[in-house]
Amino acid sequence: MFIARAIVAVSLIIAAGTLPAWATDGAPSRVVSMNVCTDQLAMLLAAEGQLHSVSHLAGDPGVSVLADEAGRYVVNHGLGEEIFLMQPDLVIAGTFTTRATIDMLRRLGFRVEEFAPEGTFEGVKANIRRMGELLGRQQRADELIAELDAGLAELASEPAPPLSVALYSANSYTSGDGSLSNAVIRAAGLQSIADRLGIVGVQRLPLEQLVLANPDLVVLGERTYDRPALAHENFRHPAFTAIASQDRLVRIPDRYWICGAPFTLEAARLLRDAANAHAEAAR
Amino acid sequence: MSDRMQYVAVLGALAVATLALFFVSLTTGPADVGFGESIRALVSGDADLLTLVMREIRLPRALLGLMIGATLGLSGAVLQGYLRNPLAEPGLLGISASASLGAVVAIYTGISVAFPLGLPLAALAGAVLAVLLLRVMAGERGGTLTIILAGVAISAFAGAMTSLVLNLSPNPFAATEIVFWMLGSLTDRSMTHLWLSAPFMLAGWVMLAMLARPLDVLTLGSDAAASMGVDMRRVQFLAVFGTAASVGAATAIAGAIGFIGLVVPHVLRPLVGAVPSRLLPASALGGATVLLAADILVRLIAPGRDLKLGVLTAIVGAPFFLWLVWRTRRRML
Repeated sequence: MFIARAIVAVSLIIAAGTLPAWATDGAPSRVVSMNVCTDQLAMLLAAEGQLHSVSHLAGDPGVSVLADEAGRYVVNHGLGEEIFLMQPDLVIAGTFTTRATIDMLRRLGFRVEEFAPEGTFEGVKANIRRMGELLGRQQRADELIAELDAGLAELASEPAPPLSVALYSANSYTSGDGSLSNAVIRAAGLQSIADRLGIVGVQRLPLEQLVLANPDLVVLGERTYDRPALAHENFRHPAFTAIASQDRLVRIPDRYWICGAPFTLEAARLLRDAANAHAEAAR
Repeated sequence: MSDRMQYVAVLGALAVATLALFFVSLTTGPADVGFGESIRALVSGDADLLTLVMREIRLPRALLGLMIGATLGLSGAVLQGYLRNPLAEPGLLGISASASLGAVVAIYTGISVAFPLGLPLAALAGAVLAVLLLRVMAGERGGTLTIILAGVAISAFAGAMTSLVLNLSPNPFAATEIVFWMLGSLTDRSMTHLWLSAPFMLAGWVMLAMLARPLDVLTLGSDAAASMGVDMRRVQFLAVFGTAASVGAATAIAGAIGFIGLVVPHVLRPLVGAVPSRLLPASALGGATVLLAADILVRLIAPGRDLKLGVLTAIVGAPFFLWLVWRTRRRML
């Protein structure tokens, strides 16, 4: 087993080392990504053989849309030593990746590019464009951006039912202006409760304010855990179940909107479908 | 003014303060609604959403604040009398921490989802173990120092085990909830929590109230009390299970809230002429007053941040505890 794995690892290294492949001149040929969001952008954009390693979260179907595809790459855990041994010519990280690791990699002479999480579709497009430039894959980036624009335009062209939406997560947190989830609600053509309450970024939304806001739809994360915690008790509170009856609950898998990418559109589509279904049922 | 009249006056003043704070608690919250409007919505029940907020969120919170405060004040007074120790208090003696541990095991293993009564029962079991252990450690003539040191050890152990259970939970939120179990909070507790804990707290109160007269006699010493016909085994049973039932249920719902049981009886003792049977009801009302006030303050000081109750009670209680230690230092050494 170990030998088999070692052979795979060695052959991967050789393959990656000897075949800079289809990457255009000057483009990095051995790229390591350390963040689940940059992992997915890199997987979507990189040329064959150009991306060497992605983070372990990229293979977690709970947070990664491309979990199946992540199996094709070497897994890293964002540890400096691990990345050093891979000898990449480009390291891509999120701005939330451990500072110590990034600083160390930079001291060791690696080229590290950081990506900030984006809260708007414009920002997502800018990230795709930048990733395309870094990987020398501008053309592929333009295709993805065009795809995203087409999807957004399609959503905007169909009329949306005039419904209000509240995001409600564990520990009563919600996302307001400046968050990607809020951008998704707007893209779906719905009205966010957070906007009405003036909530900016990720903040607590006390249960009683949620009840008084009386949203038409309540969006919960899909993720469930084996064991309970008090953080999820807000979903069982009698006041919550009274306003968020089953027909008002919408579950959108976290993986679609944890990261801003072309597939974030899917979250907006799911939300729009749920709104249409709710409006249909009300009629 | 006679003793009796002063006692009645103290009780009356405490009752008025408790009632007033109860209504302030009912009308304090993140949703900005006027006093009259919210009380009307609570009573009339025709203001749809506001009624829901008042009846399902504010009312259980205020009622739990009242009952848990009373539990802590009452059990503090009983423990101080029963152990004849000025520093006795559920928090300091590790009873709250052990009850927390019981509750944490019940909640995070999923027992309480399948069997809701498991939550107060597990907390009660934790509290009983702590009290029994304290009793054994203290022996028949347990000195102040022995009991406090045993309490420190029990607290530390129960706290560590609580952290361990929470850290080992596969749920990533569990570890951050250590703060709740160590410092306590009443945020978004519901009527379900009230129904689950109230019977245990009421049963505990009844048992502790039955100790009023024996505690009076006990001030003469346990030998004297025994010779005067006080059944010491019954006293022990009532003290252990009364404290465990009420503090266990309170802690299972709101986490461990410290110092109320210490400060309240000390402040009220001189006002009621240092008679245990009079101190018990006064301490219950005093505890309710203090916890309701703390729960109002956490909402006013840091709205939306879920400041924990134990932070406020410790700010007042810890310096008071130091002062008590200073005063009793001579006797302890």
